[in-house]
Amino acid sequence: MPSYSTSEFRSGLKLMIDGDPYTIVENEFVKPGKGQAFNRVRVKNLKTGRTVEKTWKSGDSVEAADVVDREMEYLYKEGDDYYFMATDGSFEQVGAPASAMEDAVKWLRGNEVCVVTLWNEVPLTVTPPNFVELKIVETDPGLKGDTASGGTKPAILETGAVVKVPLYMNQDEVLRIDTRTGEYISRVK
Amino acid sequence: MNWQPTASIQALKARACLYQQLRAFFHARGVLEVETPALSQAGNTDPNIASFSVNTPQGLRYLHTSPEYPMKRLLAAGSGDIYQICKVWRQDEAGRKHNPEFSMLEYYRVGFSYQQLMQEVAELLQLAIPHLNTEPRILTYRQAFLQILGLDPHQASIEQLAACAQQQQIDFQGELSQQAWLDLLFTHCIEASFPTDRLTFICHYPATQAALARVRLENGHWVAERFEVYLGPLELGNGYQEQTDADLLERVLVKDAEQQAQDIPVDTRFIAAVAAGMPFSAGIALGLDRILLCRLQAKQLTSMLSFAWEIA
Repeated sequence: MPSYSTSEFRSGLKLMIDGDPYTIVENEFVKPGKGQAFNRVRVKNLKTGRTVEKTWKSGDSVEAADVVDREMEYLYKEGDDYYFMATDGSFEQVGAPASAMEDAVKWLRGNEVCVVTLWNEVPLTVTPPNFVELKIVETDPGLKGDTASGGTKPAILETGAVVKVPLYMNQDEVLRIDTRTGEYISRVK
Repeated sequence: MNWQPTASIQALKARACLYQQLRAFFHARGVLEVETPALSQAGNTDPNIASFSVNTPQGLRYLHTSPEYPMKRLLAAGSGDIYQICKVWRQDEAGRKHNPEFSMLEYYRVGFSYQQLMQEVAELLQLAIPHLNTEPRILTYRQAFLQILGLDPHQASIEQLAACAQQQQIDFQGELSQQAWLDLLFTHCIEASFPTDRLTFICHYPATQAALARVRLENGHWVAERFEVYLGPLELGNGYQEQTDADLLERVLVKDAEQQAQDIPVDTRFIAAVAAGMPFSAGIALGLDRILLCRLQAKQLTSMLSFAWEIA
C-alpha cells in the first residue's frame, strides 16, 4: 500500500487510520527549539464525519487511503440510491446511498456537477457545487419596496430545502445559494 | 499568475524600522556587525535539523541553518562582541510558524553569563515589541513541567510521560524516546500555557538537549545552561552559555553526526578554533520574522515575508 511522509501532508490528503479513511483538514508543524519535531494534524473521518486531532513524529509515514474525488453529474434518484455519472467522458455510473448524500440532497435538482468521494470505488460522501440556483415554491408575499429593513422570512425551494430570504422576495423567483453555509447570496434575474 | 507579495507594504516598512533599531541597539553597546558565509563545506550535525545542500564545482556545500560555527571562529580570533542579521535555511520546516528560509539575528557577548544575556535579550525584545509592558517570567524546564503537568521531567519514565499525554488527550501515533515524549508534552501543553502579554524564559533544559551549551548539576541532575524565550506559545530565540571545551564539543558533534539522516561533515575548523581558545561567552539566535509578527500583532508568518516559500 502506498504511504505519505509527514512532509507531504497538506489539506485534503487521504489517510488510512485504524482501518478508516480520513482526510486532512489542517496540518501544523510544531518543533521545540532543539529536539523532536511533530505534525499536529486535524483529520476528518470520512465514514463518520467526525473531526479529531492526531499527532505524528515528523518524518514518519502514514498509509494512504484509496480514496479519490471524482467530478460526477447527478442524474436521478431510484429507490434509496442517488445515481451519478462521471463527467470525464467515461460515462461510468455509481449509486450513492442516502448516508453518503447527507445535506447534499437539499440542493440537488438534477444535472449538477458534484464531487463524489469514492473509497475502494464505493461513494463515501457527495459534495454539491459551492453555489446553486433554485426557485422559490412557497413563501409569504413580498413586501414591496422593503429593501432596507434587513429582515428575513423562510422560503421553501423546489428541492424542499428551506432558506431565509429577504422580505421583498416572491414565489417563483430564483435564488443563488452558498451550499457550504446554506445561506441566500442574491436574487437571480 | 500570482506574482504579488505575501507581505503588506506596512510589514516591509516595519521590518526596515526594526532592523534600524536593532543596529542602533548594538552600536550603542559596542557590538560589531559581521557577515559570515552562508554556504560552507561542513554543516549542522544536529539530528533534528535538516540542511539544504548545493552542488558546486568544488563539491557539496551546505546552506547554513545558523551562523553559529563561523561566528564562534571569529570569537576565537579575538573579534570581541559580535552580531549578524542574515537569512538561514532549514529543510522540512514549513507551517504556520515556519518558513524553510527565514531571517535570524545571532549575537555573542564575551564575558556574559547566560543570566546577563537573558536580561539583555529582554531589553532588546522590549524595544522590538513595544506593547510588551510587564516583567518577563523566568522558569526552569523542571518548574514548567511541575507547574503545568505535575511531573518531574528529569525523573519521569516513558510510561508516566505516555500516560500524561493520554490524560492531556494527545492522540499520538508512533513510538518515542523519553526526551521526545517530553518534547511532545512541551509543544502541546506547556508552550500553550505561556502568557501572551509578557515574555517567558525557560532555562535548564535536560543535558541531552545541551547542544553546544555548557552543562551544570541542578538537584542531582545534569542540565544545560541554555534558555529559550517565548511570547505566548511562539518561540523567539534560543540562547547558550557557550561550551568552550573543544574535546566535549567534538564528542557532541561526532555523536550527532552519527544520528543524522544526512551524511554531514563535522566542522573541524570550528573545533580547531575553540581548541585555540574561545573566550567565555553567551550567545543567542533570534527569529526575526517571528519578532516582526509579534511587533505587528499579526497571525500569519507568511504576511511578514515579501514572498513566502510557495511563491518564492
